[in-house]
Formats: sequence, structure tokens, C-alpha cells
Amino acid sequence: MAREPLLSLFGISKRFGAVQALTDAALDVYAGEVVALVGDNGAGKSTMIKVIAGVHPADSGTILWEGRPVTITKPHDATALGIATVYQDLALADNIDVVGNLFLGHEVARFGVLDEITMERRARELLSTLDVKIPNVRVPVAALSGGQRQSVAIARSLLGEPKVVLLDEPTAALGVAQTAQVLDLIERLRDRGLGVILISHNLADVKAVADRVVVLRLGRNAGEFDMATATQEQIVQAITGASDNAVARRAKAGSTATRGSTKGARASGNGSPSGEATGGTVRAEVQE
Amino acid sequence: MSTTTKSNSVAPAVPAGGAAEAAYSPRAVVEALQRRLRSGELGQLPVILGLIVIAAVFQSLNSNFLTAQNLYFLTLQMVSVGAIAVGIVLVLLLGEIDLSAGSVSGVAGALLAVVTVRHGLPDWAGILCALALAAAIGTLHGTILAWIGVPSFVVTLGGLMGWQGLQLWLLGPQGTINFPYNGFIGKIAHTNLTRPVGWLLAAVAVLLYLASGLLERRRRVRVQLPARPVAGLLARTVALAVVVFGAVAILNAYAGVPIALVILVGLVVGFDLVLRRTRFGRSIFALGGNIEAARRAGIPVNAIRISVFALASTLAAVGGILAASRLYSVGQSSGGSDTLLLAIAAAVIGGTSLFGGRGSTYSALLGAMVLGSITSGMLLLSLDTSVRYMITAAVLVGAVVLDSLARRSRLSSGRE
Repeated sequence: MAREPLLSLFGISKRFGAVQALTDAALDVYAGEVVALVGDNGAGKSTMIKVIAGVHPADSGTILWEGRPVTITKPHDATALGIATVYQDLALADNIDVVGNLFLGHEVARFGVLDEITMERRARELLSTLDVKIPNVRVPVAALSGGQRQSVAIARSLLGEPKVVLLDEPTAALGVAQTAQVLDLIERLRDRGLGVILISHNLADVKAVADRVVVLRLGRNAGEFDMATATQEQIVQAITGASDNAVARRAKAGSTATRGSTKGARASGNGSPSGEATGGTVRAEVQE
Repeated sequence: MSTTTKSNSVAPAVPAGGAAEAAYSPRAVVEALQRRLRSGELGQLPVILGLIVIAAVFQSLNSNFLTAQNLYFLTLQMVSVGAIAVGIVLVLLLGEIDLSAGSVSGVAGALLAVVTVRHGLPDWAGILCALALAAAIGTLHGTILAWIGVPSFVVTLGGLMGWQGLQLWLLGPQGTINFPYNGFIGKIAHTNLTRPVGWLLAAVAVLLYLASGLLERRRRVRVQLPARPVAGLLARTVALAVVVFGAVAILNAYAGVPIALVILVGLVVGFDLVLRRTRFGRSIFALGGNIEAARRAGIPVNAIRISVFALASTLAAVGGILAASRLYSVGQSSGGSDTLLLAIAAAVIGGTSLFGGRGSTYSALLGAMVLGSITSGMLLLSLDTSVRYMITAAVLVGAVVLDSLARRSRLSSGRE
């Protein structure tokens, strides 16, 4: 990739009181690629996302947007540049229909009166270009499956025509089929030429969809892998910082048998338990 | 590199447009209704059934219940509580509560009486004063709630006592102030539309409904969105016509349509349109559904909360003015005792959820009708107030139980 990255961060440091959350961290995103940001709990993934999204500006470091140095000090700066963030806990209002949620806060209106027809038409266009299947865009979001809800949340972030999309744990709390729907959608974002930064604890998902993996460990870069060539063991090793550790031993011992995780499938609608093949899943807790 | 998971995709292979068009076929409509009932989206269905049952029971016990005269007075009786309940619905949609509505209706009535009767201000200026005082009170409640973060329960509980105190202070030792029988304020609740005007109003309402439905349908068809079949619209128009013309026929058979009822229905319809068709209304639902989502979407959360509390108090003042007009007087007990409880009960019985984000202003009208029917029926049967309280309580608890069960079934079907 000799092209210029869309978004490039380097030398990023961030301290919260006594905790050094990020030290000299770096991350590049190119147009039309999915970069997975992985790391153990407390590795600084969420801090990195918040630095990019403008929620917690970095203490020091450089951010280049299309080659130009920029400063991101508040969420609005990030949105204005073309960076959209989809947070882990879905920012949807369950009692409002799909169209209403897609346009929440940015309703098409004349003199305060909603133009439902224009919004519904644009919502349908958006969902169909993303190949998101929702039987009826006029049902409350509460009636959708977990995967559909996550798809709506992602589609919603695209209304501002961003160039980079940050996805924080988009498949957490989803069942197998639902996860596949969301991964399909992430690929479609890449196909549209967007740069996608994906935070995930689930290495199976990362393996499935990412082009490149950036590993953070204790707030520092701990390796970068091309997904086409890297093995799961290499990534786990970078995450944990040792080749001989509990995860690696389990991965070796359990490479034939798979462990069913009992992660809550609350939002999956059909109530299917999400037994996943977690060959190398590093999930101590979902949130850090 | 994503082949492993991609093959798991089980998304239905129906294109979005085609599926939505099928959503309006008769069978799909029935199925959607069943799905809503199963998953706890009950809406106004229980209260409408309840009204029919109540009417049937009282009519079988006393044949005077469904006479034009009784229904006319029942209507007048419920108008004040109905107006207050519209404001309560707005607050409940946010997921908050306003316990001060009764006191605010009382203090607004008291101010109206003091400035017009004692100080000789013109009636219209007195009404403006009362509404402005209420708006200021609501703004104060909303501001304390939004900026300091005191729960609405506590803020408005303070209001419940505090504004009643102000009401007593305004009225002074004399206690009760009477309005002149021939004054404007007294006439508000004692004037009826002439019979032809009543019919005309009904016809205009039904035609407006039909016209707006057809217009919306034409706009949808023009941009190739799925539109509901015309037959459905016609059926709904006929149903509306039966209800509206039926009501006008009954009221005209006695004395005509009361202006006070026109005011209440105007508030209900007007605020329903505000809730469903404006950015402000959408924001209210968003706050009630997921306040964090609303904040992240850039909705001015605090401004919305403050303005809803201001509106609720203003509507309480409208209720207070209507009550003052109906009784030709304001006293120390105006807006006291069960005014607040009836207004909250009306909103909840009408199907507005206590948990926020679900409801409609029509529930204020329907709930007030239920409570008015119970009161009127009890009076006809010359039962004591004690019995009325117990029956009203049973209906209220029943409505809340229904709301909670509906919420539970929404939760269990993973919808909240």
C-alpha cells in the first residue's frame, strides 16, 4: 500500500490521572480496508477510539487526515472531518421505527414538521445499497433482531457520508447468524471505499473480515499483521506478550475441541444461544 | 478471507421494497396485529374495550346511563381532568412524572380569579397571566430537573405542596372567589355550539382526515413508496365518521356540543400531531426511549425536558381554568384532593406507559372518559364516594398491571 492513508495517527499518548492509557501509539487506516484493533482488556483500544472520535483528546501526538495535520478535540471535529463512530452499546431508541432512528437528531423537516416521505425514501435507498434486509422500515427498532439493530446503527453512521467508520465491538452480544450479517455489512463498507476501524475481542471475527490487525498491549503498539499471512497464534502472542501463556496452551490443547461461550444472546431476538468456536478468543470481560 | 462466516448468513432473500408492499395486504395487517398483541404493544385497545364494558354494565344497572343528558354532563365533567392529563401524557412519554399538575391547575385558577375579580383585569389578560404563571412554574421544575439532576418525582412533589401554598396565599382569608355568571370566564364551560355548527365541525374533521390520508397516499405513490390501500383509508374514515357524528348526534340531542369539549379535543388532536409529526415530538419519544441515544444524536436533551415540563404545567392551567369556569368559582380546594390522581390515572388508563416512550395524547381523552363514566355511573346508582374511589383504584391498578405485563412481554421477546 503505497497510497496515502486516509487517517494516520502516531506518537499518541494519553494519561488519565495515574494511568498511562496510551504511550506513543500509532494507527493507519487506508480507504477501502478494514483494520482490526485488538488487545487485551486495558490495552488502550477504547482510549484510541475515543482519541479518534474526539471524546478524549490525546495529550500528545500527531493526527494526519488525508496527509494534513489536524486536531480533534471534540466529537464534532471528528464528525466534521468525516469520521463516524458506532459505539458498543447501540445508540438506538427502541420505541422509534427504523426510519426515525436512522434520522434521529438529523430529521428532514420543513419548519419543524417532519418530512416522513423523504426520510423513508432515503432510508430505503441507504438500506438497499448496504444490502441490509429489514422487512418493514416502519416497525419499532425493538422488533428487530440484534443483527438488524446493529446494521441499523451502522447504517445510521453512514448518513453523514463519512470516510472512516469506527466500530466498537459491533458483534458483542450477537448470535452466530447475526454476527455473520454484521460482518457482511462491514465488508460492504470496505467495498464502498470506506476505511473501517474494527475493535473486537473476537479473533474469529477479526480473522473473517479484517485486512490488517494492529495489536495494542499496555498502551503501546505490540505488532501489526497482514491477515492474509498471520496465524492466530502470532496474534495471540502479540496480545498477551508471551508465547507461553494460558491462552496459547488452551488454543493448542483445544484446537480440536471447541469451547462454547455462554455470552448473553439477549439482543439476538430469536433467542439462539451464541455458541461460538472460540479457538483463540480473548474475552475476559466484554467491556474494559 | 471472510468466507468462513459469510456462508452463515441467513438473511431472508426478500428485497426490502417487495416485503414492505406485502406488509399492507389484509393478511399481513392481521398478522402484524397479532404480533403486536403478543409482544405487548397494546396501545389503546384495552381502554376502548374497557369503555364498552363500563358502558354496558352501567346501562344494564341503570337505563339512564346512556341518555343524551347524562352523556352530555359526563362530557363536561371530564374536560378539566382531560386537559391536565394531556400534559401528564407528555411528561410520562419522557419517562418522568409531574405530581404538581393538580396544584398548578389550582394556583392558575386562583391567580385568574384574583386578577380578574379582585383587581379588575380584563378576562383575556387574566387567562394569559394564569397560563404564563403555569409556564414559569413548569420551566422552574424542568430546570431543576435538567440542570441539577433532581428526580422529577421529588421536584414536582415539592411543587405539589408549594404551589398549593401559593394558591392559599393568593386567595387569602376569604378563601373562595366567585366569577360573574355572565362573564367570559364563566361562559367557557357553559356555552355550546349551535347544532348546525356542531354538525359542520364534525363534517370538516372527517373530510380533513380523509383528504390528508389521500394526499399522503398520493405523495407516497409518486415517489414509489409502498402505500396503504385506499380501502383501508376509507374504512378508517367511516369508523371515524361513526364516532364523531355519533358523539355530535348525542350531544345535539341534549344541548349541543360544549365549547369546552371542542377545546379538549383540539388539545388532544393538536398535541398528537405535534408528537407524531414534528421534530420536537420525535425528540420527546427519543428521550423516553433511550436518553443516551438522544444525547448522542445531538438532541438538546435539557431544552426538551424543560419545555415539556413547561407545557405540562400550562396544560394543567388550562384544566384549572376550565374547572373554574365550570364551577363559576375558585376555592381553597380547587385543584386539590383527587385532581392530580385522576389526571395521572386518566393518562395511564388510556394506555400511556409509565415507563416512558410509549403512548399518545388520545389516551388522556379515553382515560378521562373511563373515569368520567365511572363517576357518572356511580352517581346514577347513588353509590357513595368511598365505593367510587375503590372502583377507580381497581381500574387504575388494572391499567398499570396491563402496562407492566406488556412491558414484561416486550422484555421477554427481547424488545427493550
